[in-house]
Amino acid sequence: MSNKVIHAIYNDDDVLMDAVKQTRAAHHHIEEIYTPFPVHGLDKAMGLAPTRIAICAFLYGLVGLSVATWMMNFIMIQDWPQDIGGKPSFNYIDNMPAFVPIMFELTVFFAAHLMVITFYMRSKLWPFKQAENPDVRTTDDHFLMEVGIHGNEEELISFFTSTGAVEVKVVDKH
Amino acid sequence: MYTFSSKLKTFSFVLMILGAIGIGVGFWQAPKTIEDVEKILADSHHGHEAAHVEKVAHDTEAHAEPAHSEVAVVDSTKAIVTDSVHATHEAVDSTAVAVAPVADNHDAHKKETVAHEADHDKEHAEHVLHQLQNKPWAALYVACIFFMLISVGVLAFYAIQYAAQAGWSPILFRVMEGITAYLLPGSIIFFILLVAAGMHWNHLFVWMDPNIVDPTHAKFDKLIFLKKGWLSVGRFLATAAIILVVWNWVRFKFRQNSIAQDTATDNAPYKKNFKLAAFFLVFFIVSESIMSWDWIMSVDPHWYSTLFGWYVFASFFVSGITVIAMITLYLKSKGYLEHVNTSHIHDLAKFMFGMSIFWAYLWYSQFMLIWYSNIPEEVTYFVTRIEYYKLPFFGMLAFNLIFPFLILINTDFKRLTWIVVMAGIVILFGHYIDFFNMIMPATVGDQWFIGIPEIGSLFFFLGLFIFVVFSALTKAPIEPKGNPFIEESKHFHY
Repeated sequence: MSNKVIHAIYNDDDVLMDAVKQTRAAHHHIEEIYTPFPVHGLDKAMGLAPTRIAICAFLYGLVGLSVATWMMNFIMIQDWPQDIGGKPSFNYIDNMPAFVPIMFELTVFFAAHLMVITFYMRSKLWPFKQAENPDVRTTDDHFLMEVGIHGNEEELISFFTSTGAVEVKVVDKH
Repeated sequence: MYTFSSKLKTFSFVLMILGAIGIGVGFWQAPKTIEDVEKILADSHHGHEAAHVEKVAHDTEAHAEPAHSEVAVVDSTKAIVTDSVHATHEAVDSTAVAVAPVADNHDAHKKETVAHEADHDKEHAEHVLHQLQNKPWAALYVACIFFMLISVGVLAFYAIQYAAQAGWSPILFRVMEGITAYLLPGSIIFFILLVAAGMHWNHLFVWMDPNIVDPTHAKFDKLIFLKKGWLSVGRFLATAAIILVVWNWVRFKFRQNSIAQDTATDNAPYKKNFKLAAFFLVFFIVSESIMSWDWIMSVDPHWYSTLFGWYVFASFFVSGITVIAMITLYLKSKGYLEHVNTSHIHDLAKFMFGMSIFWAYLWYSQFMLIWYSNIPEEVTYFVTRIEYYKLPFFGMLAFNLIFPFLILINTDFKRLTWIVVMAGIVILFGHYIDFFNMIMPATVGDQWFIGIPEIGSLFFFLGLFIFVVFSALTKAPIEPKGNPFIEESKHFHY
């Protein structure tokens, strides 16, 4: 089976958004879109499932909060209690206000870093990874929509030209 | 055009009438003489050992009392009480610790001891009398300033929308103008309360007592004497008058230009409001700080906090935004404001969420530094609140931070009417308690309880607020026209 795809290239994000809506209305399968910057609302227009990273972020935050609580309890209360400013470290709750900044910071730290790592893993990104975008111009000022070819090739080419693409190519994808 | 539903109008009148009765009963119930108080105290303590401990706690309070004019005595007991709060001892032990050194000090003044003890009971009774007489006034004051500041917070939010040339919000301008309509009646009643305090009809502001700054008088208080330049009744009332007049004038001009823009052929009224907003925001942030020192912080004249203005601002700002969201949802549910969509509600809910966290950040910044440094002059503020107001003091953190944080963190929840309304009710209740906590400990002390005057005052001002706001909403088309951003606002979609 041939694995041919169409690369329709646009030079404006508004034109791209309209083209995406037309393509979806015409029931062509959009495989991927490469853009030089995040385009607001593109995920909804493409019909992608909503992101679940916010749920991850909340859970990671809870992990950070727990780690901070456990850590401060171990360091300041159990392992090496000290009398700081007339506030002896006999138990956690009486010294809690002093630990709030650490609890807050570690919540943010865990949420932020684990969220980035999760995002990289889900996007299959890692250091020194070969770039996947098929056209270098998508890192500059062009937008590329990749659509699988199922059916008449000529018809598809004329369809994408009519959506305002500045260039339409048929590429063999390996 | 919006019509004020007769049901809501009746509801507001019922609230006002019940509230007025409650306020009246509160004043009527307040004890008139020392004998009344002695009877109340005898009934409540009834051979209670704790009576002495409480007396010690009173003497350590900021109120200058002749028997303890020696600064050293006051400070040492204060420091010990403070430490004992945070120590891990049981409460009983800590009060015992606190009492012992006081007794030592008393021994040091053996000559006076006998006279002391006799004086103590009388002084204590007088102190409680003042606190109980203050109670209905303080309840009235809390409700009055809270609802007035909600309209001020909305006015500031409205000015920010103009100054920032925000595109999403003009569809809500008439709702905001309706809420700021309460500023005029609210500030008139509030100014009358301030004048009443200045006329010594109540003791909300201890520094207003002329004896306290008289070096020859037994009540003389050096710290208040040193602040005499700022804390004087004339300066206090003059500043209040200037601030309230400018705020009301700005509100009047905003409304006038906004109505004019509906029929204007160009954007001239809009531009005037833009410039007015820029002026107002500069004036507001200075006057807001001054008003927070004068009207709230000065009930504790010994204590000060440098971020108090921001703290008060965060409290009434989030309350104001919450009221905008709730009234918008109410009008929407009645079929008005057809162009308001869930994206507008989402934005308001984001502000509610964000400002709740901002409030908590300021609350914590103020609390943590004072708690950690543990300086007697500063920390008494929180000691009083933790000892006598534990439930409202920590309870408001649950209402104002934890609940809104957990319920409004979810994107989808910010668009659901019932979630926003529920979070709004909790936030407003929590910030009412916040104002209660700011005023009551210094004016009523440990004699507080939620009684008829507190509920009556809340009802009265809530009823008045509903009546004034919804009456104002009927006076102009509920959706503004002619604002250059109105089309963007109608199609706002996030």
